[in-house]
Amino acid sequence: MITELGHFALILAFMVAIVQSVVPLIGAHKRWPGWMAVAEPAANAQFLLIAFSFAALTHAFVTSDFSLRLVVANSHSLKPMLYKVSGVWGNHEGSLLLWVLILTLFGASAAWFGGNLPPTLRARVLAVQSAISVAFLAFLLFTSNPFLRMAVPPFDGQDLNPLLQDPGLAFHPPFLYLGYVGLSMAFSFAVAALIEGRVDAAWGRWVRPWTLAAWIFLTIGIALGSWWAYYELGWGGFWFWDPVENASFMPWLLAAALLHSAIVVEKRESLKSWTILLAILAFGFSLIGTFIVRSGVITSVHAFANDPERGVFILLILAIFMGGALTLYAARAGIMEARGVFGMVSRESALVANNILLAVSCFVVFVGTIWPLVAELAFDRKLSVGPPFFNLAFTPFMIALAIIMPIGSVLSWKRARLGRVIHALRFPALLALALAGLVWAMQTGRSLMGPFGVALGVWVLAGVAADLWARTGRSRDLSRLARLPRADWGKAVAHSGLGITVFGIAALLAWEEEDIRVVQTDAPFTVGAYELTLRDVTQFEGPNYLSTMAEIDITRDGRAVTTLYPEKRLYPVARMPTTEAAIDNGILRDLYVVIGDEQVGGGWAVRTYIKPFANWIWAGAIIMALGGFLSLSDRRYRIAAGARRSAGAEVPAE
Amino acid sequence: MRWLVLLLLLAGPVFAVQPDEVLDDPVLEERARDISGGLRCLVCRNESIDESNAPLARDLRLLVRERLVAGDSDAETVAFITERFGEYVLLKPQTGGSNWILWGAGPAMLLVALLLAALYMRGRSTGAEAAPLTAEEEARLRKVLAAGDSGKTPPT
Repeated sequence: MITELGHFALILAFMVAIVQSVVPLIGAHKRWPGWMAVAEPAANAQFLLIAFSFAALTHAFVTSDFSLRLVVANSHSLKPMLYKVSGVWGNHEGSLLLWVLILTLFGASAAWFGGNLPPTLRARVLAVQSAISVAFLAFLLFTSNPFLRMAVPPFDGQDLNPLLQDPGLAFHPPFLYLGYVGLSMAFSFAVAALIEGRVDAAWGRWVRPWTLAAWIFLTIGIALGSWWAYYELGWGGFWFWDPVENASFMPWLLAAALLHSAIVVEKRESLKSWTILLAILAFGFSLIGTFIVRSGVITSVHAFANDPERGVFILLILAIFMGGALTLYAARAGIMEARGVFGMVSRESALVANNILLAVSCFVVFVGTIWPLVAELAFDRKLSVGPPFFNLAFTPFMIALAIIMPIGSVLSWKRARLGRVIHALRFPALLALALAGLVWAMQTGRSLMGPFGVALGVWVLAGVAADLWARTGRSRDLSRLARLPRADWGKAVAHSGLGITVFGIAALLAWEEEDIRVVQTDAPFTVGAYELTLRDVTQFEGPNYLSTMAEIDITRDGRAVTTLYPEKRLYPVARMPTTEAAIDNGILRDLYVVIGDEQVGGGWAVRTYIKPFANWIWAGAIIMALGGFLSLSDRRYRIAAGARRSAGAEVPAE
Repeated sequence: MRWLVLLLLLAGPVFAVQPDEVLDDPVLEERARDISGGLRCLVCRNESIDESNAPLARDLRLLVRERLVAGDSDAETVAFITERFGEYVLLKPQTGGSNWILWGAGPAMLLVALLLAALYMRGRSTGAEAAPLTAEEEARLRKVLAAGDSGKTPPT
């Protein structure tokens, strides 16, 4: 019964979405307040209906209702409760329902927080947002209905893919979707502004918090996914340039570009046309990502049950929304005249450089991701584009970005003086070079990546410090820092996060140690500075798996460091083995141990890694997200954001 | 079903490089690891043979090591494998033929972007500042400012 109600709620939401995407748009055009006012209650109703529908599906998973086809295919009565719940979105249909839930949540929050928008703009934003709902609800109902019943319910389900039976699944997709779908707000604002025919500083101020929120969630989602892969897949890789990873990375890059260009719109009323285009493209890449993940045209380790018919449907959605928005853009871009004037050396031009690097690097990732498809269709070549390509073609852009970041941060708006920049950044530059030299001297004969990463990381971090120091003014009054706007702190924190991540990646790649060997019980062996001893290997039965668990003591200079318990699991229902690496997390290094197969001649295969500074990669990402939150809490977004048309003029041109 | 088989292959016995594969010569082994990191496991979804647990990946790893021990250079080893399995096996695509589009796309796009940005910025730095206020706007502005100073609403 609850299932049928959930299904019904989904259909109702589809109807509401159709109304919401048409009526307010006409109302805004004709200036009819009554019609425009439909948008707000409709957005709320849509959200509540989808939330109910999602709750109904969750109920079916939690109670193991095997009359539902989706539950049979992805659940099992013995599965732990956490995975019964997260299993709701561990499959195509359920995850799409989560997608739509978040989409309507954003729509509803635009209704809640949009009180200070001009009524016509608000009505149009909500209508465009709802048009996206219509498309995805149609997709859900007509090709991927999660509420289909089985004629003859089986006694038990087929279980969830064991790799997905991990707390990572509980958090990684929801955050990612919050990010993907959050970009729909930027899209809706861009399209509404194009229909409205006006883009000004106030628009920049309205669209930025939504972009910022989407970017924060994407950052967290990507970091969680990377960390999950690191501990789950058994060899400690953190980024694979897999098409599905790229699908989340491309919108992230464009969202980062959009964040920065929206600042220019807000403070200087320039780059308007470009910012609108970015807002459209960022969501476009979200849709492309959805297509890549769910259509199956590009092979990837992310095993969604794919279906070509669905791919065509998403392609259609992509064509309609991108085609429509870009046509509108082409027709209306001319009206967006820029106002601010700036010199070649200025904060504006640094932000333009930032946008070029981010957008072109996104383009490189895009070309690399779809190239196998293009090469096969157009040139009849079956080829692969893997990590070696991306490392070569993409990394230079990130290095350039890290190099210009501190420079851009200290440049002043409109017209800057190079001399002042050199003066402000002389210490960071010296420090970066000196530390890199020191590291290089210490690690003779190894790759240059380590020292280079140190130089970049230190340059970015010290650059942030120098920027803050410059903000204390001539009096070197530190209390001034406390009075800096939150957005400035957000920038400092987010930029340091990037520095930390850059350093972490370089350090891990440069100094990782690996050891593969056959180990006998109680026979110690050495890896790096550590001595490991395999004490025991035991077999036991988990709730829905069989486990082989090793006990490995680790000492350093005769002192006990830790005891690790790496596992090998077999999930009988899915007939699938997994490795559960045991990791001793540390600030300076991770010890990463994997147990392999029992050898014919006795003993066990054991793989040991020492991964220096591994956690810095994700710590940096989380710090970036934290910076985003700080910036989001800036008072200019909370207090009468854009209530006055001339708001942009009040911001001092620092 | 095909999907399940793929998964089984993907997860196989839970180990990539096995201890018995490792060569005694650390320099040779290092080269073997480098090469196998750049070769695709043909039956997996998107993994190099260095990371994969599939039996075929193991065979390929052993083949790479065999060639290296036989005295082949890195390039010769890769060529040997490519000859037998096609360029699909290369994770780093070749630069020849239509692939120049792939490799050239990034730099070309960067050049175009830089050119556009330079044109745009030249326009920005020489373009006139926003049009000056009209007399009427000026008068209204004075009114608003005067009212703001005394904290009253402007008489309209």
